[in-house]
Amino acid sequence: MEEKKDLLLSIENLNFSFDTQRGVVNAVRDLSLTIRKGETLSLVGESGCGKSVTAHSINQLNPMPPGRVDSGSIIFRGQDLLKLKKGEIEKLRGTQISMIFQEPMTALNPVFTVGSQIADVFMTHQGMSKAEAIERTIDLFKLVKIPAPERRVHSYPHQLSGGMRQRAMIAMALASPEPGLMIADEPTTALDVTIQAQILDLLNDLKKEIGMSILLITHDMGVVAEMADRVVVMYAGRKVEESDVFSIFEDPRHPYTLGLLNSLPSNPKYKGAERLEAIAGTVPDMRSIGAGCPFENRCTYATEICGKEFPGETVLDESHSVWCHNYQNVQEG
Amino acid sequence: MSGTKIIEVKDLKKYFTIKREGADDTKSILKAVDGVSLDVYEGEILGVVGESGCGKSTLGKTIMRLHDKTSGEVLYRGKDLFAKDPNAMKEMTLNMQMIFQDPYSSLNPRKKVSQIIGQPLDIHKIGTSEERLERVAELMDEVGLNPKFRTRYPHQFSGGQRQRIGIARALALNPEFIVCDEAVSALDVSVQAQILNLLLDLQKKYGFTYLFIAHDLSVVEFIATRILVMYLGRIVEIADKKELVGNHVHPYTQALFNAFPATDPRARETKKRIVMGDVPSPINPPTGCHFHPRCPYAVEKCRREYPPLKEVSPGHFAACWVVQNDTK
Ligand SMILES: Nc1ncnc2c1ncn2[C@@H]1O[C@H](COP(=O)(O)OP(=O)(O)O)[C@@H](O)[C@H]1O
Ligand SMILES: Nc1ncnc2c1ncn2[C@@H]1O[C@H](COP(=O)(O)OP(=O)(O)O)[C@@H](O)[C@H]1O
Ligand code: SF4
Ligand code: SF4
Ligand SMILES: [Mg+2]
Ligand SMILES: [Mg+2]
Repeated sequence: MEEKKDLLLSIENLNFSFDTQRGVVNAVRDLSLTIRKGETLSLVGESGCGKSVTAHSINQLNPMPPGRVDSGSIIFRGQDLLKLKKGEIEKLRGTQISMIFQEPMTALNPVFTVGSQIADVFMTHQGMSKAEAIERTIDLFKLVKIPAPERRVHSYPHQLSGGMRQRAMIAMALASPEPGLMIADEPTTALDVTIQAQILDLLNDLKKEIGMSILLITHDMGVVAEMADRVVVMYAGRKVEESDVFSIFEDPRHPYTLGLLNSLPSNPKYKGAERLEAIAGTVPDMRSIGAGCPFENRCTYATEICGKEFPGETVLDESHSVWCHNYQNVQEG
Repeated sequence: MSGTKIIEVKDLKKYFTIKREGADDTKSILKAVDGVSLDVYEGEILGVVGESGCGKSTLGKTIMRLHDKTSGEVLYRGKDLFAKDPNAMKEMTLNMQMIFQDPYSSLNPRKKVSQIIGQPLDIHKIGTSEERLERVAELMDEVGLNPKFRTRYPHQFSGGQRQRIGIARALALNPEFIVCDEAVSALDVSVQAQILNLLLDLQKKYGFTYLFIAHDLSVVEFIATRILVMYLGRIVEIADKKELVGNHVHPYTQALFNAFPATDPRARETKKRIVMGDVPSPINPPTGCHFHPRCPYAVEKCRREYPPLKEVSPGHFAACWVVQNDTK
């Protein structure tokens, strides 16, 4: 394995639920993960499996109530984020943990220029003057390759294209003295593929230049292959496999990970094929998941124990773990 | 490409008139489909790719006559689809169907599944009510839905199941030509794979012809037998799948393929050429070749004249001056 890089964030045994009218949703169950300095960790899984809730637990953006943390801790640079007061977490959000979303419009205020919103971050958190803050914003626009930055800082969000808005959001995320962690929740899902390629390229360049860490949430295995150093695969609120990016694609050991890869029409094994090996069935209702493995109803490897007990961790090597009773039987091909 | 033509599209144009918000009465013309010609052959799956706003859905909907055309022709088995002949219209509604991206918004939430699937039978008064019920059960079975759920409402189904309902409805009248507009785009990949298999199984069983529209290149690359690429309302390249995937020549097609992330982490070592810039607005598209502001190969002529779609090898057409070696 590559040398141990410094730990930036670790989530330990997080349990997060929502109280809804139709019952309790255990959105995240017993989830642990770590992010090291300078790495991109990708969180993948189908919609509703708990990726965003996990990410939003870090900077406390989940609505509470109806959401609640049942247990767990989130250690960032030595402190437990779940124990911080509201003001403290807000400060952290502006300085050390930033977030970009699928739809930047939701995070930008339509009545202020994009530039002034970013300049605000400099003024609030670094006490800069307005003129100084605008200067720095223009610098950031250059860094994220927004053309004509002197003009664009004065644009309103709706005057920018989707790709430009996402660049502006990335600029805002970098407007901190010590950018530590960028949480990117489906950052390119709403973009066209040529624009997605530009944004992914930009994120990779910035990661190298600035050395920040990225928690990249995506449902797109292509984006994972392009970006991730390590991958956590989630299914119905649980982490089911975790590894370096190469092993996920080349030696998947969880039936769901394998099924996910086999579902991709771009999988090289389908050159000239006439059918895909789809996973049968659908994800279970998150309100009625029992103690067993949540993949059991769709899993062709399931045995009796699967319905009764969620499997413990099996460490395959230093960078690859799987949570499956029958992982030995899982083989590609 | 040879065989029987089911659909012929000839120099089809569909323009929208856009009223500028706030501005006093200024109208502009948006050329959503701007002179598209193509033939669809019996039994093929013609894939349509391109980025959002390039006119894929407008093309599909205009062929289905969900939009009026601005000019040009669409023929179904040689008959003019826009002729106002009631018999021709009936034949066409029976034989041509469309499946949409968002199964939720295209299904009436207050209707039971049996009513939704049976609606085309009701409209065309086909069979007795008993026969219709039987046909609905048969259709549900065909698309992998348990007929015992026929009294449920759309919201009681998952996204993939709702797409199956939309497919069953499209099958009700035994069509032969189906436009699939982003039919799997809103689905999780594991469910997307199920629906792709279903569409392929049905095609094989009934000999359907599909116009398969999707922005996801990997989906089209898998399912299509022939592929066409659109940019700002026009076809820039069209060829058999194998040829288009292995031998695309148009700079925009190249940009599209380069931009598409490979599902192989080792592929990222090979640095690909990324096309910069945004897709321009179809209201005021660039002069000459619409792609010229983003094209790394653009020459003077590209700014002046729009290149025609010309055959570059048998069955392979591209609209590019440089590819056609005609840059003077
Ligand atoms: N505000 C909320 N109220 C109730 N349930 C929620 C809320 N937000 C998320 N959930 C539920 O939590 C689960 C995980 O959601 P999420 O993390 O958003 O999934 P995804 O993996 O698609 O990002 C889902 O079942 C979702 O329905
Ligand atoms: N009903 C309409 N009225 C006005 N403009 C439209 C309408 N439908 C589509 N358009 C415009 O036509 C262009 C092509 O749209 P569309 O065919 O939906 O593209 P695609 O399906 O390739 O994303 C876009 O610029 C879109 O905004
Ligand atoms: S634990 Fe059992 S049901 Fe779950 S993935 Fe493994 S084999 Fe399948
Ligand atoms: S015609 Fe010119 S601008 Fe257009 S694609 Fe070809 S080289 Fe590029
Ligand atoms: Mg999400
Ligand atoms: Mg469309």
